Amino acid sequence: MEETVGVPANTLRPLTGNEAIARGAWEAGVKVAAAYPGTPSTEILENLGSYPAEDVHAQWSTNEKVALDVAIGASFAGRRALAAMKHVGLNVAADAFMSQTYIGANGGLVLAVCDDPGIHSSQNEQDTRIYGALATVPILEPSDAQEALDFTRLAFDLSERFDTPVIVRGTTRLSHTRSPVRVGTRAEMPGLGFLEQPAKNVMIPAHARRRHATVLAREAKLKEYLEDAPINRWESGNPAIGVVTAGTCYPYVREVLPDASVLKLGASWPLPEGLLRRFCASVERVFVVEELEPVIEREMRALGLKVEGKAFFPREGELGPELVRAGFEKAGVLQPRPKSNAWAPEPLVRPPVLCAGCPHISSFMAVRASGARVAGDIGCYTLACLDPLRGIDTTVSMGSSIGNAIGMVKAGETRPVVATIGDSTFLHAGIPGLIDAVYNQANLTVLLLDNHITAMTGGQDHPGTGKTLRGEETAKVDYEALVRAIGIKWVRTVDSYDLAAMYQQLREAIAYRGVAVLIANRPCVLDPVKIKGPALQVDTAECNACQACMNLGCPAMSWGTETFEGRHKIRIDQSLCIGCTLCAQVCTVDCIQPAAEVRQ
Amino acid sequence: MSDPGSTELAAAIPVPLPGAGGAEPVNVLVVGVGGQGVIMVSKLIALLAQQQGYEVKQSEVHGMAKRGGAVFSHVRFGKLVWSPTIPKGEADFLVALEWAEGLRWLDYLRPGTGVFICDTKQIVPPFSCRDRRPGAALGYVRETVSDVIARVGEGYAIDATHMAEQLGNDRVGNVVLLGALSAALNFPAAQWEKIVADFVPKKTTAVNLEALRQGRRWIEEARKGLQHPASVPPPPSPTVADYRVRLEITPQWCKSCDICVKMCPERCLRLNAERIVELAAPDKCTGCRLCEWLCPDFAIRVHLDRTMAGAGMEAAR
Repeated sequence: MEETVGVPANTLRPLTGNEAIARGAWEAGVKVAAAYPGTPSTEILENLGSYPAEDVHAQWSTNEKVALDVAIGASFAGRRALAAMKHVGLNVAADAFMSQTYIGANGGLVLAVCDDPGIHSSQNEQDTRIYGALATVPILEPSDAQEALDFTRLAFDLSERFDTPVIVRGTTRLSHTRSPVRVGTRAEMPGLGFLEQPAKNVMIPAHARRRHATVLAREAKLKEYLEDAPINRWESGNPAIGVVTAGTCYPYVREVLPDASVLKLGASWPLPEGLLRRFCASVERVFVVEELEPVIEREMRALGLKVEGKAFFPREGELGPELVRAGFEKAGVLQPRPKSNAWAPEPLVRPPVLCAGCPHISSFMAVRASGARVAGDIGCYTLACLDPLRGIDTTVSMGSSIGNAIGMVKAGETRPVVATIGDSTFLHAGIPGLIDAVYNQANLTVLLLDNHITAMTGGQDHPGTGKTLRGEETAKVDYEALVRAIGIKWVRTVDSYDLAAMYQQLREAIAYRGVAVLIANRPCVLDPVKIKGPALQVDTAECNACQACMNLGCPAMSWGTETFEGRHKIRIDQSLCIGCTLCAQVCTVDCIQPAAEVRQ
Repeated sequence: MSDPGSTELAAAIPVPLPGAGGAEPVNVLVVGVGGQGVIMVSKLIALLAQQQGYEVKQSEVHGMAKRGGAVFSHVRFGKLVWSPTIPKGEADFLVALEWAEGLRWLDYLRPGTGVFICDTKQIVPPFSCRDRRPGAALGYVRETVSDVIARVGEGYAIDATHMAEQLGNDRVGNVVLLGALSAALNFPAAQWEKIVADFVPKKTTAVNLEALRQGRRWIEEARKGLQHPASVPPPPSPTVADYRVRLEITPQWCKSCDICVKMCPERCLRLNAERIVELAAPDKCTGCRLCEWLCPDFAIRVHLDRTMAGAGMEAAR
């Protein structure tokens, strides 16, 4: 993480988009910031947590809806507030968001929402910009880290000026690209005080009907503002080709068409009608280059403007200079380049895998041996759907596993049904599902994979870790007590590194009629501390190449040079092995031992 | 952003084209496997380029990718840089911390002039070791060093991990490669050393600087013909006689415990209507003997029968 705290103003620092959003919020005088971790947005709050606590209260919330509710509360109380989330996080927060748009903002209210075109680390690639029209909320789209800072600052001003929540929309490429940023100073915003105005703040039908009219009037004012707002930039060039673009697509357009006329929109919703008309009139052909959905293109067509776009640029995946070039070649704007005869051998298949010693491995060895139907959830353990563990049948969204399992049971699934859910995901959205299972008397097993951290996003604390975002000690959720309080009788905890106990306990949980909760308990091997025990080694002379250990899918294990019956004996990479002993527990000939004890 | 020094946002009126006539940026692509230090290497390059007064963009992807998957980081610097990602075929330098990862990105290298610097370290993913059939070959790239060197503008295969081990710290292999890059990328040697010294933990400064120097020297010597590319061993593929797998099941001894069914890696066994084990998917059975070894009642025996002359004779065990 780039050190941004205490950096003198007006110096140039290389910042990622996420660091710049955090800096922009801090400079704007943000007082309360909340988020649930989610790639690619996670570092925004991590970074805000490095600014002085007296400047900003930064917290991990249990989920994105709570995070937004916290930010909304701070806005009610007259302070500037930020909620950060990934694109699918906004779905979780959408209920609050869609009401808050009627309420508006007292203290500036900004949502930093990071999309993931190309699905680098998500379950879909939905386009957040569509929420702009749905919620009548302006969407600012920075194209690099400098704009991420500038637009975030501006978003707070716009929020207060137009009485609206504002979304700063990034993408993975913005979040995780580092570029030079000139940083500024913090504007200390005096509190505006609590706005006592029930007709604005309490959304009963009578109030909401009136507020809806206000929201529509706000839309008109925003459009008017954007007609000549400096965030929309008209770069005149070749009058034959005009490109309308926004956000991270802008540099691709400039890379490929350095001479074109470009209208770079700082806000992709709402659109400035007059400016668009003037731009279109000034050039012969107009293209819209945007990632994912044709949001700008459709709006421009609705205005009766003649534009081209998705006919040449894909509606799925992440754009880049190659795809933008290919689109303009297809459109006849650029001459096709001579086909490169670059040589590329067949690439090695290298999917992401669970770490060596990952406690989830034993859980899914047991799940797989149980013959159960498995509803999975979101986390590192989703990787257990791949060979060799192949232990997950479905994964939908955060917390879906338990509800999905109830549905499978009620639909008459003949196999036993198991829901697997991580600790952080359970706290995020799993608890209502579990209560539902008890209430509706579903016969299912919940395997709670407690690795004491939010692992997949890089190790963030949550209410089960007993630490806050700033690392302070706090209350810690007791899962067993929580589960019992819901009314579940069968609750047990098992050590993930004791494979026999894991198999046996899961078998008993499945045999129990009713809701059984088995808590698989071992910390993540990466976070908060990297765990490294004495490495194991294979006694090659004894190894019978049965490869039972390869069922674990452990990245420390691979084939050695020796064979038995033509099958490869196994070797363990000593630098990767952390000594979890799971391989030794499944070895059919007991040939895996601590390295020190193996005959050399 | 037209001018990195400007925080003023331009007005929405026609303005002159930003940066017209700017020279092409230099493109460095750093690749490897999660956990190898790809991001650290690219950050150092980016920092150094920025200190030399260039505009720099460095772009990476985290999340799922770091769980032992392929990791890459784009570094572009120059008077003016637009796209944060390097277009295919335009990387001037490809620095790979792992052999198969280097090969994965070869088509990003600029044909004819691109410089390829690759560790010969092989990190074999569990996915490559799935085939349990006798005689199965490892699922890893088969290209040799000379295959690759012959097809790139300028190519170096270095056993950087081994050099790092010789230095007593196997974690500094990435700095050996950085040293190799420093011989090809035209910044002063002293600047490279300073940036490494500033970046790494104090107690590892000496070993990191030595790694940097050794990498640099390796390339300088290679250019004079004094160093030869390291080699990569071909993936093992044992030779075996033709055979056919035959499962000999003794139904009276099977007590329906289900262990073999649950533990079969290919999932090719099942219990029949009488709850006695049977081979349900003979095509999938690899003859790995796991069921034979796990059966508490000796109800399954696995035979690898030769199929050629002398059929019926069990392969020598």
